[in-house]
Amino acid sequence: MQLALFIIFAALAVAGALNFLLQRHPINSALSLVVVMLSLAVLYWSLGAEFLAAAQVIVYSGAVMVLFVFVVMLLNAGEEERTTGSRAAYFAGIPGAAAVFCLLSFVFLSESKTLGSSNLGGYLNDGTVNIVEISKILFTRLLLPFEVTSILILVAILGAVVLARKEPDPKVVTSSTDAAGVIVIKEKV
Amino acid sequence: MNLSPFLTFFLLTVVKIVIVLVITLTSVAYTVLLERKVAGRMQNRWGPSRVGPFGLLQPLADGIKLFLKEDLMPLAIQKPLFVIAPIIALSCALVSIAVVPFGPLTEVHVHGQPGFDLFDISNINIGLLVILGITSIGVYGIALSGWSSNNKFALLGSLRATSQMISYELALGLSLVGIVLRAGSLNLRTIVASQSAHGALSWNILGGFQIVAFVVYLISAFAEANRTPFDLPEAESELVAGYHTEYSSMKFAMFFMAEYANMITISCVATLLFFGGASSPWGNALPNIGGAIGAAIFPVLWFVLKVFCFLFLFIWVRWTIPRFRYDQLMAFGWKVLMPIAIVNILVTALVMSVRS
Repeated sequence: MQLALFIIFAALAVAGALNFLLQRHPINSALSLVVVMLSLAVLYWSLGAEFLAAAQVIVYSGAVMVLFVFVVMLLNAGEEERTTGSRAAYFAGIPGAAAVFCLLSFVFLSESKTLGSSNLGGYLNDGTVNIVEISKILFTRLLLPFEVTSILILVAILGAVVLARKEPDPKVVTSSTDAAGVIVIKEKV
Repeated sequence: MNLSPFLTFFLLTVVKIVIVLVITLTSVAYTVLLERKVAGRMQNRWGPSRVGPFGLLQPLADGIKLFLKEDLMPLAIQKPLFVIAPIIALSCALVSIAVVPFGPLTEVHVHGQPGFDLFDISNINIGLLVILGITSIGVYGIALSGWSSNNKFALLGSLRATSQMISYELALGLSLVGIVLRAGSLNLRTIVASQSAHGALSWNILGGFQIVAFVVYLISAFAEANRTPFDLPEAESELVAGYHTEYSSMKFAMFFMAEYANMITISCVATLLFFGGASSPWGNALPNIGGAIGAAIFPVLWFVLKVFCFLFLFIWVRWTIPRFRYDQLMAFGWKVLMPIAIVNILVTALVMSVRS
């Protein structure tokens, strides 16, 4: 049962990721990314990380990707043109990616004993409650990193607001609405 | 019969899912009838009264009509997305009912099973988060329907719906934090049990002093379900029919059912979190009638009654209050509801830490 869940959703995640790369329309790519995130959430859940799974669904697929789709829809982005790709990508990218993949799989396979293992789906049966433990660790031992991260995100939001704010146009002296509701702009001579 | 424990569990769960699905879809159909009837009485007319006694067979007639209508699809649509959008909307609306406990914890012992819960499909530790997560996925149905229709009105409607739902989701989620703080759990059964001490007096809305959270929840839930006064995504005076302008036949019916199924889910959540779920208002003050069967059935009736009251409130509001303007809607969500919800969390946390 747990193995079947793992195989189905792992295959779905890989298929979604491939589709994400192969699709030419931004909306289709964004939706494949949603599929990847949802399948990852199921995998997290089958490993016992239920809070992580819920957060993945709510934050990533429910908020971040909705925003992406919203922006693509609003800008009405068209289909991408397919190019043959740069030569550097072929000569450096593919061997590089293969090397990173080999290195990672070597490390994981050789160190698999020291990394420890988790019983796939074992947590689904006895329903452990780990939200309490997560919040205890988050607000005691990891309090400083947690707060620093939230300040970092706050700074990022402020930065976005500053960048998006319109500079007052030096040419325009006043802009006001007249009685009929039409905006009147008086220019400096 | 000699089934393995897993197979027994699987078959029983499938039976439960089918029963809950049938009941939910029937109540969706009759909520539509209730809406038309109540709207009729509020406008001093009869409402549907021809099909069957008191018009009770009207949902059946509507269903057959929508099935038999021609399924029109414009030429310039994005076809896969156009087809999948109503499916996303309806399935997300129906899936979240799976974690709602309809009655008290009643375990039936089937062979090989430790205890089989009768009155909910699945009792999971993060039930509340699951409902919030599935609601947030439901936005895709509306967003994609408008975009794939290749129609200006539909696109505007779905843009409005998306931005509105993202904005009000925050206030909705924050308004529930106070409840979670009081119950100390995200499990819906635990939250219901935390309100069961003294009947109605210990419900979160009265004894828990969460009435502010309740008002914030109710307003943002209206916006999440795209109901009046926040039904700008389908404002017929500006956008024809909003995001489902190009949909006909069963695809339109799926959006329609999704709206009412969302209303039912929202009413269930409000009942569970603020009105004690399936517990009776006088708690244990009155003796039980009917022994074990009565103890299992009466809570379900209380639950249905509470949900019905919320559905009636939805309909009542729709035919009473005019629509918001779009900028008012956004300003209200971000500048009024969200600060109130945050203050509610702070006050609840302060009171709880002073008390303990």
